[in-house]
Amino acid sequence: MAERSFAKEVEKLRLGAGEEFAGEGILAITKALLQCGVGYVGGYQGAPISHLMDVLADAQDILGELGVHFEASASEATATAMLAASVHYPIRGAATFKSTVGTNVASDALANLASGGVTGGALLIVGEDYGEGSSIMQERSHAFAMKSQVWLLDPRPNLPSIVKAVEDGFELSEISNTPVMLQVRIRCCHVHGHFIAKDNKRPPMTVADALDAPRRDTGRIVLPPASFLHEKEKVQKRWPAAVDFITRNKINEFFGSDHGSVGIVMQGGMYNSVIRALQRLGLADTYGDTDVPLYVLNAVYPLIDDEFLAFCEGKQAVLVVEEGQPNYIEQAFAAMLHKAGRGTRLVGKEHLPMAGEYTGQVMLDGIGAFLRAEAPHLLPGEVRAPNKVGDGVDTADLVNVVPGRPPGFCIGCPERPIFAATKLVEQELGKHHIASDIGCHLFSIMPPFELGSTTMGYGLGPASASAFNSPDAKRRSISFVGDGGFWHNGLTSSIGNAVFNKNDGVIVIVDNFYSAATGGQDILSSRAGNRTKSTKHPITEAVKGMGVKWLRHVDRTYDVGKMQDTLREALTTDEKGPKVIVASSECMLNRQRRERPLVDKAIKGGTRVVKPKFGVDEDICTGDHACMRLSGCPSLSVKSLDDPLRDDPVASIDQNCVGCGNCGEVADAAVLCPSFYRADVVHNPSRWDRFLEATRRATIGLLQRRRESRRLVFADA
Amino acid sequence: MHPRSGAADEQVIKLAVLAVGGQGGGVLADWITDVAERNGYVAQSTSVAGVAQRTGATIYYVEMARDTGRLPVFALSPSQGDVDILIAAELMEAGRAIIRGFVTPNRTTLIASSHRIAAVAEKIEPGDGRASSSKVHATAETASKRFIAFDMEKIAADNGSMISASLLGALAGSDALPFTRESYEQAIGTGGRGVKASLAAFSAAFDRARGLAAAPSSKPAEPAIVESAQGTGRVSGPQNLLQGWQALVARIDLMPLAVRDMALRGLRKVVDYQDIAYGREYLDRLDKAVALDSAGHAHVLSIAAAKHLANAMCYDDVIRVADLKTRSTRDRRVRKEVGVKDGSVLQVTEYFHPRIEEFCGTLPAGLGGYIENRPKLAGFLDRRINRGRRIRTDSFAGFAALWLIGGLRRWRRGLLRHKVELAHLDRWYALALGYVPVDYAVAVEILNCRRLIKGYSDTHVRAQSKFDRVLSALDLLKGRDDAADWIRRLREAALKDEKGDMLDGALKTVATLGSSPIT
Repeated sequence: MAERSFAKEVEKLRLGAGEEFAGEGILAITKALLQCGVGYVGGYQGAPISHLMDVLADAQDILGELGVHFEASASEATATAMLAASVHYPIRGAATFKSTVGTNVASDALANLASGGVTGGALLIVGEDYGEGSSIMQERSHAFAMKSQVWLLDPRPNLPSIVKAVEDGFELSEISNTPVMLQVRIRCCHVHGHFIAKDNKRPPMTVADALDAPRRDTGRIVLPPASFLHEKEKVQKRWPAAVDFITRNKINEFFGSDHGSVGIVMQGGMYNSVIRALQRLGLADTYGDTDVPLYVLNAVYPLIDDEFLAFCEGKQAVLVVEEGQPNYIEQAFAAMLHKAGRGTRLVGKEHLPMAGEYTGQVMLDGIGAFLRAEAPHLLPGEVRAPNKVGDGVDTADLVNVVPGRPPGFCIGCPERPIFAATKLVEQELGKHHIASDIGCHLFSIMPPFELGSTTMGYGLGPASASAFNSPDAKRRSISFVGDGGFWHNGLTSSIGNAVFNKNDGVIVIVDNFYSAATGGQDILSSRAGNRTKSTKHPITEAVKGMGVKWLRHVDRTYDVGKMQDTLREALTTDEKGPKVIVASSECMLNRQRRERPLVDKAIKGGTRVVKPKFGVDEDICTGDHACMRLSGCPSLSVKSLDDPLRDDPVASIDQNCVGCGNCGEVADAAVLCPSFYRADVVHNPSRWDRFLEATRRATIGLLQRRRESRRLVFADA
Repeated sequence: MHPRSGAADEQVIKLAVLAVGGQGGGVLADWITDVAERNGYVAQSTSVAGVAQRTGATIYYVEMARDTGRLPVFALSPSQGDVDILIAAELMEAGRAIIRGFVTPNRTTLIASSHRIAAVAEKIEPGDGRASSSKVHATAETASKRFIAFDMEKIAADNGSMISASLLGALAGSDALPFTRESYEQAIGTGGRGVKASLAAFSAAFDRARGLAAAPSSKPAEPAIVESAQGTGRVSGPQNLLQGWQALVARIDLMPLAVRDMALRGLRKVVDYQDIAYGREYLDRLDKAVALDSAGHAHVLSIAAAKHLANAMCYDDVIRVADLKTRSTRDRRVRKEVGVKDGSVLQVTEYFHPRIEEFCGTLPAGLGGYIENRPKLAGFLDRRINRGRRIRTDSFAGFAALWLIGGLRRWRRGLLRHKVELAHLDRWYALALGYVPVDYAVAVEILNCRRLIKGYSDTHVRAQSKFDRVLSALDLLKGRDDAADWIRRLREAALKDEKGDMLDGALKTVATLGSSPIT
């Protein structure tokens, strides 16, 4: 069960020829796959391509009707290895994942796939998580395309273009027997737009047909001598075929006038930003019509020498707009010009930054600088010599006022108490080396916890602590890994490795029942039933199977005291070998999404429901905020009291509190203060509830009146 | 070549939404896109989802232009100096938008909800770490073409909806987009769940924005602290006590006008905490400060004394906590906060974690001291006492237990904690008043240092040590004419972090000063 239901989107996959599809870019790609008669699709979720996986997961019926196999792959390597089905059989297959992190994981399978080559079209849809909002290291997928020689498409960021790129990609792959990477940037994946749909196509050969008529060809297997032939074949047959296809089908586009002293070459994905810059420079209109010659590379690898050289014909200078580094494309073009002995000046990273996202401002400055230097006559006067400097707003002091707002744990997150407990244990036993992993739990590195020193990759948390295993050490390392990372490869890379190497460290497996950070997809240990997947495989069993002897299972992470005791025991026990703690509680985001409607329905329906919420007694809270240094929950915040006697704001819990229990548990475990209370509201109380309450309130009221009649009572005191 | 974008060209409207993850910025962006398309515009919305959604700062971006049959080339992210409408779902996000250059004086309509969602960094300071809203308001006024700000979160909550609805209402009310109110409401109508509440929130925000749009500018929504004798509420109780109270109030009326309000608030606090006699003690102490004070100093010393004496005398002991948690006013407040409707039942669980210290503090001074001086015995008892106790104050047994502890009030004066606290208070107060003839300002700062003492158990111990560390600088600062300033700086440093690392840094600086006055 994913974070969102995609029932509506699934219906869009049924649209027929001539109907208009309206929606997100990544869903357009999903629809395009079916229109291309894809035989099987797999992948691993992660922004920005999670929705592709989620929609297909919810579209089992449609896929069934078409005979398309869908696989929620265990990892990007699995997904890419799956494309082996297109090696011998004329079946179109697609794999999708986040890049470059996913491409890193996939690269072993990718290299093997690329060596032997494919018969059926093999498409890798990589969601490029680069620039603002990205959660990963900033690298380029381009390098992978080059080293394994798979073709790389980078279409203009609008729905019709990316849909066409899917179609072109399959054909290009088949004609050149080479896997094709389709790169879509994060905003393009989330862009809302339209395109005219075609009918879905049933694959001419399904995986079932293939299983019934197996084929093999030793020449396609990566083993000498075939592998040596593959390398030659890549350059002698596949490359020319690709160049020929790209040229003949005009995959790359030319805009603007075909004569002019300067021109701009760009990755397709950069097109809209280039046009926006030209619009702001007064050189393009709303529809992108411009006189500046543009050469748009919807295929960025391989590059087409003839096309480029023809574009440079008669131009004194050409700007290459290539985001990220190294600037492979610029370098390749420079070599082409040099070898062809052309005088055209090639510029790129001189005017545009070598590193970092090409934002609107960067593009405006870069292209502006290029034109001022190479073709000032094109520019309107006010642009050539701008007389206004900035907009006169002084934001200097504002910079010191506005606080940073990094992502953090959600309201009621079950991972918060785990790190509260860790912080408390460190207060007892001192600081430890803590290795973090990929997933929501990585937010532990932020305030208020500030726990964790490194993150080395998905499922590699404990692996990244494996060096810290010394008989002389007084303290043990602590490493975290999420359930997502655990099943992705942590079971072997981290747990197996720790067992085999007799690592003495402490490993905490954060089990929240989903691959939560990527949108709450099911995984092996998910506790909910899943119609098409096999779930409910306990992590504890897998860990035992790996040979872990010291294993503890905390099945309610909100029990901070227990969490604290378990960690302390793990850090102090004399037992050798890895100490593994599985800390389990359901992701609150998904739990609320599942339970809230049911609860509301039950309350309306008159069933007895107990709804918890936490509160703070503001006259008991002294405003020291110790609780917040162990929480950071969005619903636990500060509020000013209208009382001149009080200087500091007190703690306050807003209406979004889901009553997870962390506040009370922490107040207790850390011996903070008695300000917190839990208020359980019993909706539709039973007769017994009401009787109890009546008697209690009567007797309690008696005591209250007795005391209050003997003292001064100050209104609003 | 002739410049392209001419008058004939369709203008593109650029709108950015800055929100905090979980606020529903996506819903808002979808609504706006829908409204645009209903009005014969082509629109494109983009977002950067991913982990930023988890409570972090997020951006949604919409571009639109009149549909002429040709598809415009839209950008996929906002550019500095190129945004027509900026919607901020929280005040600091408006500040962030200005810093990032998305707000332009001659161009951008800035629509912001004036409410605050404190960032973690603001919440974890032991003092008040919150950013200044007024600075953002001030800059927003000058940085934008129009600045429309009010608490849209409250409007949403009051109407049982989400802020996305009131933000859309404010957008519609601002007339920044050439669309009719109806088309906005139709867009919400397609939303499905919670449509009625959303429309109510939309409408309320719409009217509010209209009102503000008419007015020249919007005022900051800073919490104004109004101080007046009326503001201090009514008093009721048995005749004899009321007479005693009147006698005490009469004493306050003899004090300088400037001191009275704080003195009355302080008096209420201590009498409410203990009894009339305790109020008398409070005023006796306060009189000493008043006697040493003068109008020349605007009675700053007396006001500080009135405030901090009250806080010091009302130390947070088990008795006070039990007393406060068993009052009928508290029961009413909880029901109001939680929103208990008729017909449903409320159950309240309190979290206590008593330790030997609290136990001894609540014993007669002699006995308590006896135990504390015997570590073995204390340890033995602690092992039995020191654990979390959850007490149901809606049950009679649980309530009665706290009620009885609250009743120990009567014997408080004889208990160990009282002796300790009063001794500490007198040392501190004497120290402060002793400075009045030497350095009035220092005396005031010493009084203000009482602010440092707060929290329970370990937190309280840490607070005490900060308090002592700050005052330890007094000797180092002897004779300096900027001594008071330094004490203030030290106190502020002490409120910055939990352990007082900044304070230690500041103390090192003080140590290097030497006591020769700079002139």
